[in-house]
Amino acid sequence: MYYLERRCVRQSASVDLSETKRGIQFLRPEESAHVSRGSLLLRMELRSNPAMLCVVRNALGQLAATLGFSEPECREVVLAVDEALTNIIRHAYLGDAERPIEASFRRIHASRADKSGDALEIVLEDRGVTVNSKKMCGRALEDVRPGGLGLHFIRECMDTVEFSRRNGRNQLRLVKILHAQGSQKGT
Amino acid sequence: MQIAARHLDKITIFDISGDIDLATSPELRKALLRELRELKMPRVVLNLGAVRYIDSSGVASLVEGLKASRDVGSRLILFGLNRTIREVLQLSKLLKIFEIYENEEQSVAP
Repeated sequence: MYYLERRCVRQSASVDLSETKRGIQFLRPEESAHVSRGSLLLRMELRSNPAMLCVVRNALGQLAATLGFSEPECREVVLAVDEALTNIIRHAYLGDAERPIEASFRRIHASRADKSGDALEIVLEDRGVTVNSKKMCGRALEDVRPGGLGLHFIRECMDTVEFSRRNGRNQLRLVKILHAQGSQKGT
Repeated sequence: MQIAARHLDKITIFDISGDIDLATSPELRKALLRELRELKMPRVVLNLGAVRYIDSSGVASLVEGLKASRDVGSRLILFGLNRTIREVLQLSKLLKIFEIYENEEQSVAP
Protein backbone atom coordinates (compact mmCIF):
# COMPACT_ATOMS: atom_id res chain seq x y z
CA MET A 1 0.00 0.00 0.00
CA TYR A 2 2.82 2.41 0.68
CA TYR A 3 6.55 2.62 0.39
CA LEU A 4 9.33 4.63 1.91
CA GLU A 5 12.16 6.20 -0.01
CA ARG A 6 14.81 6.53 2.65
CA ARG A 7 17.41 7.87 0.26
CA CYS A 8 15.39 11.04 -0.09
CA VAL A 9 15.09 11.88 3.59
CA ARG A 10 18.04 14.24 3.63
CA GLN A 11 17.07 16.06 0.50
CA SER A 12 14.95 19.17 0.71
CA ALA A 13 13.23 21.39 -1.77
CA SER A 14 12.63 25.06 -1.12
CA VAL A 15 9.14 26.51 -1.26
CA ASP A 16 8.26 30.11 -0.50
CA LEU A 17 5.13 30.21 1.61
CA SER A 18 5.42 33.85 2.56
CA GLU A 19 2.18 34.73 0.80
CA THR A 20 0.25 31.97 2.46
CA LYS A 21 -2.26 33.24 4.98
CA ARG A 22 -3.78 31.40 7.90
CA GLY A 23 -6.63 29.25 6.68
CA ILE A 24 -7.29 27.51 3.40
CA GLN A 25 -5.91 28.97 0.22
CA PHE A 26 -8.03 28.17 -2.84
CA LEU A 27 -6.01 28.20 -6.03
CA ARG A 28 -7.58 29.14 -9.36
CA PRO A 29 -8.06 26.39 -11.96
CA GLU A 30 -5.08 27.65 -13.98
CA GLU A 31 -2.94 27.40 -10.87
CA SER A 32 -1.74 24.24 -9.25
CA ALA A 33 -0.25 23.79 -5.83
CA HIS A 34 3.55 23.88 -5.85
CA VAL A 35 4.26 20.24 -5.11
CA SER A 36 7.91 19.73 -4.37
CA ARG A 37 10.11 17.39 -6.39
CA GLY A 38 12.89 15.06 -5.42
CA SER A 39 12.33 14.70 -1.69
CA LEU A 40 9.71 12.01 -1.50
CA LEU A 41 9.55 10.22 1.85
CA LEU A 42 6.45 8.13 1.49
CA ARG A 43 3.66 7.54 -1.01
CA MET A 44 0.38 5.77 -0.35
CA GLU A 45 -2.31 4.62 -2.74
CA LEU A 46 -5.40 3.66 -0.85
CA ARG A 47 -9.13 3.22 -1.27
CA SER A 48 -11.64 5.59 0.25
CA ASN A 49 -12.51 3.07 2.93
CA PRO A 50 -12.88 4.52 6.44
CA ALA A 51 -11.31 1.35 7.83
CA MET A 52 -8.04 2.42 6.20
CA LEU A 53 -7.82 5.65 8.21
CA CYS A 54 -6.18 3.94 11.18
CA VAL A 55 -3.52 2.49 8.88
CA VAL A 56 -2.65 5.94 7.55
CA ARG A 57 -2.64 7.43 11.06
CA ASN A 58 -0.23 4.81 12.34
CA ALA A 59 2.16 5.17 9.39
CA LEU A 60 2.04 8.96 9.44
CA GLY A 61 2.59 9.14 13.19
CA GLN A 62 5.75 7.06 12.79
CA LEU A 63 6.92 9.16 9.85
CA ALA A 64 6.42 12.47 11.66
CA ALA A 65 8.26 11.17 14.72
CA THR A 66 11.12 9.96 12.53
CA LEU A 67 11.42 13.43 11.03
CA GLY A 68 11.81 14.92 14.50
CA PHE A 69 8.40 16.41 15.21
CA SER A 70 7.48 16.54 18.89
CA GLU A 71 4.70 14.31 20.20
CA PRO A 72 2.09 17.12 20.18
CA GLU A 73 3.17 18.07 16.65
CA CYS A 74 2.89 14.45 15.53
CA ARG A 75 -0.65 14.35 16.91
CA GLU A 76 -1.48 17.55 15.03
CA VAL A 77 -0.17 16.22 11.72
CA VAL A 78 -2.02 12.93 12.19
CA LEU A 79 -5.27 14.71 13.10
CA ALA A 80 -5.06 17.09 10.13
CA VAL A 81 -4.44 14.32 7.59
CA ASP A 82 -7.10 12.09 9.12
CA GLU A 83 -9.62 14.92 8.87
CA ALA A 84 -8.60 15.68 5.29
CA LEU A 85 -9.04 12.04 4.29
CA THR A 86 -12.39 11.95 6.09
CA ASN A 87 -13.51 14.96 4.06
CA ILE A 88 -12.46 13.26 0.82
CA ILE A 89 -14.39 10.11 1.73
CA ARG A 90 -17.50 11.99 2.83
CA HIS A 91 -17.67 14.94 0.47
CA ALA A 92 -15.61 14.17 -2.65
CA TYR A 93 -16.58 10.50 -2.88
CA LEU A 94 -19.93 10.77 -1.06
CA GLY A 95 -19.17 7.74 1.09
CA ASP A 96 -18.11 5.39 -1.73
CA ALA A 97 -15.46 3.18 -0.11
CA GLU A 98 -13.79 1.96 -3.31
CA ARG A 99 -12.46 5.16 -4.89
CA PRO A 100 -8.75 5.98 -5.14
CA ILE A 101 -6.86 8.39 -2.92
CA GLU A 102 -3.19 9.17 -3.41
CA ALA A 103 -1.11 10.58 -0.59
CA SER A 104 2.48 11.72 -0.87
CA PHE A 105 4.76 12.95 1.89
CA ARG A 106 7.87 15.01 1.23
CA ARG A 107 10.51 16.77 3.26
CA ILE A 108 10.91 20.35 2.07
CA HIS A 109 12.23 23.68 3.28
CA ALA A 110 9.38 26.12 3.86
CA SER A 111 9.18 29.71 4.96
CA ARG A 112 6.43 32.13 5.74
CA ALA A 113 6.24 35.55 7.27
CA ASP A 114 6.71 34.44 10.86
CA LYS A 115 8.78 31.27 10.63
CA SER A 116 10.78 29.01 8.38
CA GLY A 117 12.56 25.68 8.47
CA ASP A 118 12.47 22.11 7.29
CA ALA A 119 8.92 20.97 6.83
CA LEU A 120 6.71 18.02 6.05
CA GLU A 121 4.62 18.51 2.92
CA ILE A 122 1.59 16.29 2.45
CA VAL A 123 -0.37 16.19 -0.80
CA LEU A 124 -3.69 14.34 -1.02
CA GLU A 125 -5.34 13.76 -4.39
CA ASP A 126 -8.74 12.36 -5.24
CA ARG A 127 -10.92 12.03 -8.34
CA GLY A 128 -14.16 12.93 -6.64
CA VAL A 129 -16.69 15.64 -7.27
CA THR A 130 -15.61 19.25 -7.29
CA VAL A 131 -15.64 20.61 -3.78
CA ASN A 132 -17.54 23.86 -3.41
CA SER A 133 -15.06 26.26 -1.85
CA LYS A 134 -17.91 28.28 -0.35
CA LYS A 135 -18.86 25.22 1.68
CA MET A 136 -15.28 24.71 2.84
CA CYS A 137 -15.37 27.33 5.53
CA GLY A 138 -16.24 25.20 8.55
CA ARG A 139 -18.56 26.71 11.10
CA ALA A 140 -18.45 29.12 13.98
CA LEU A 141 -17.17 27.29 17.03
CA GLU A 142 -19.74 29.04 19.17
CA ASP A 143 -22.37 27.10 17.25
CA VAL A 144 -22.39 23.90 19.30
CA ARG A 145 -23.63 21.19 16.98
CA PRO A 146 -22.31 18.01 15.39
CA GLY A 147 -20.15 18.37 12.29
CA GLY A 148 -18.12 21.13 10.67
CA LEU A 149 -15.05 20.74 12.87
CA GLY A 150 -12.76 18.93 10.45
CA LEU A 151 -11.64 22.01 8.51
CA HIS A 152 -11.09 23.91 11.72
CA PHE A 153 -8.81 21.13 12.95
CA ILE A 154 -6.85 21.11 9.68
CA ARG A 155 -6.34 24.88 9.73
CA GLU A 156 -5.29 24.89 13.37
CA CYS A 157 -2.87 21.99 13.05
CA MET A 158 -1.03 22.89 9.83
CA ASP A 159 1.00 25.91 8.71
CA THR A 160 -0.25 25.89 5.13
CA VAL A 161 -3.47 24.56 3.64
CA GLU A 162 -3.94 24.88 -0.12
CA PHE A 163 -6.75 23.43 -2.19
CA SER A 164 -6.81 23.20 -5.97
CA ARG A 165 -8.77 21.43 -8.71
CA ARG A 166 -6.93 20.36 -11.86
CA ASN A 167 -7.50 17.76 -14.56
CA GLY A 168 -10.49 16.31 -12.78
CA ARG A 169 -8.65 15.91 -9.51
CA ASN A 170 -8.95 17.62 -6.18
CA GLN A 171 -5.59 18.32 -4.61
CA LEU A 172 -5.03 19.32 -1.00
CA ARG A 173 -1.54 20.42 0.02
CA LEU A 174 -0.66 20.63 3.69
CA VAL A 175 2.61 21.83 5.19
CA LYS A 176 3.87 21.56 8.76
CA ILE A 177 7.12 23.35 9.54
CA LEU A 178 9.61 21.44 11.67
CA HIS A 179 11.76 23.17 14.31
CA ALA A 180 10.50 26.55 13.19
CA GLN A 181 12.81 29.53 13.29
CA GLY A 182 11.00 32.59 14.62
CA SER A 183 7.72 32.81 16.50
CA GLN A 184 5.71 29.64 16.92
CA LYS A 185 2.13 28.78 17.49
CA GLY A 186 1.20 27.97 21.04
CA THR A 187 0.84 24.24 20.88
CA MET B 1 -13.20 0.75 18.74
CA GLN B 2 -14.99 -1.43 21.26
CA ILE B 3 -17.90 -0.47 23.50
CA ALA B 4 -18.95 -2.41 26.57
CA ALA B 5 -21.98 -1.35 28.59
CA ARG B 6 -22.44 -1.70 32.34
CA HIS B 7 -25.42 -0.69 34.43
CA LEU B 8 -25.30 0.70 37.92
CA ASP B 9 -28.75 1.52 39.27
CA LYS B 10 -30.08 4.03 36.77
CA ILE B 11 -26.70 4.80 35.32
CA THR B 12 -25.29 3.37 32.11
CA ILE B 13 -21.52 3.23 31.91
CA PHE B 14 -19.88 2.71 28.54
CA ASP B 15 -16.28 1.48 28.62
CA ILE B 16 -14.85 2.54 25.29
CA SER B 17 -11.49 1.53 23.86
CA GLY B 18 -9.58 2.03 20.62
CA ASP B 19 -9.99 4.76 18.02
CA ILE B 20 -13.13 6.83 17.48
CA ASP B 21 -13.09 7.95 13.86
CA LEU B 22 -15.20 7.99 10.71
CA ALA B 23 -15.31 4.20 10.66
CA THR B 24 -16.36 3.72 14.27
CA SER B 25 -18.17 6.86 15.43
CA PRO B 26 -21.57 5.73 14.03
CA GLU B 27 -21.51 2.84 16.50
CA LEU B 28 -20.84 5.21 19.38
CA ARG B 29 -23.58 7.57 18.21
CA LYS B 30 -26.08 4.71 17.95
CA ALA B 31 -25.23 3.43 21.43
CA LEU B 32 -25.50 6.89 22.99
CA LEU B 33 -28.80 7.77 21.36
CA ARG B 34 -30.31 4.41 22.28
CA GLU B 35 -29.54 4.91 25.97
CA LEU B 36 -30.64 8.54 25.99
CA ARG B 37 -33.58 8.75 23.62
CA GLU B 38 -35.05 5.25 23.68
CA LEU B 39 -34.21 4.00 27.17
CA LYS B 40 -34.20 7.50 28.66
CA MET B 41 -31.45 6.68 31.12
CA PRO B 42 -31.07 9.55 33.59
CA ARG B 43 -27.30 9.38 33.44
CA VAL B 44 -24.93 8.02 30.79
CA VAL B 45 -21.24 7.88 31.64
CA LEU B 46 -18.47 7.39 29.09
CA ASN B 47 -15.22 5.87 30.29
CA LEU B 48 -12.73 7.15 27.71
CA GLY B 49 -9.64 5.96 29.53
CA ALA B 50 -8.73 3.40 26.85
CA VAL B 51 -9.50 5.59 23.83
CA ARG B 52 -6.33 6.25 21.82
CA TYR B 53 -7.71 8.66 19.25
CA ILE B 54 -10.77 10.74 18.47
CA ASP B 55 -11.49 12.81 15.38
CA SER B 56 -14.15 15.36 14.47
CA SER B 57 -16.72 12.67 13.68
CA GLY B 58 -16.18 11.25 17.18
CA VAL B 59 -16.55 14.69 18.69
CA ALA B 60 -19.73 15.16 16.64
CA SER B 61 -21.13 11.94 18.12
CA LEU B 62 -20.38 13.21 21.62
CA VAL B 63 -22.05 16.55 20.83
CA GLU B 64 -25.10 14.76 19.46
CA GLY B 65 -25.24 12.68 22.61
CA LEU B 66 -24.96 15.81 24.72
CA LYS B 67 -27.81 17.46 22.84
CA ALA B 68 -29.94 14.33 23.22
CA SER B 69 -29.23 14.27 26.95
CA ARG B 70 -30.34 17.88 27.28
CA ASP B 71 -33.48 17.16 25.25
CA VAL B 72 -34.55 14.36 27.59
CA GLY B 73 -33.28 15.96 30.78
CA SER B 74 -30.54 13.46 31.53
CA ARG B 75 -26.78 13.80 32.05
CA LEU B 76 -23.95 12.76 29.75
CA ILE B 77 -20.69 12.50 31.67
CA LEU B 78 -17.15 11.85 30.43
CA PHE B 79 -14.19 10.62 32.44
CA GLY B 80 -10.71 9.22 31.88
CA LEU B 81 -9.77 11.70 29.17
CA ASN B 82 -6.15 11.34 28.11
CA ARG B 83 -4.01 14.11 26.63
CA THR B 84 -5.00 13.29 23.04
CA ILE B 85 -8.73 13.56 23.70
CA ARG B 86 -8.31 16.72 25.78
CA GLU B 87 -6.31 18.33 22.98
CA VAL B 88 -8.99 17.58 20.40
CA LEU B 89 -11.81 18.82 22.62
CA GLN B 90 -9.75 21.89 23.47
CA LEU B 91 -9.10 22.51 19.79
CA SER B 92 -12.83 22.35 19.13
CA LYS B 93 -13.51 24.73 22.05
CA LEU B 94 -15.92 22.13 23.40
CA LEU B 95 -14.04 21.04 26.50
CA LYS B 96 -16.11 23.25 28.76
CA ILE B 97 -19.53 22.26 27.48
CA PHE B 98 -19.15 18.65 28.61
CA GLU B 99 -19.51 17.43 32.17
CA ILE B 100 -16.09 15.88 32.77
CA TYR B 101 -14.69 14.12 35.83
CA GLU B 102 -11.39 12.51 36.62
CA ASN B 103 -12.67 9.05 37.52
CA GLU B 104 -15.66 6.74 37.70
CA GLU B 105 -16.30 7.31 41.37
CA GLN B 106 -16.88 11.00 40.77
CA SER B 107 -18.93 10.30 37.64
CA VAL B 108 -21.46 8.05 39.37
CA ALA B 109 -21.64 10.00 42.64
CA PRO B 110 -25.19 11.05 43.62
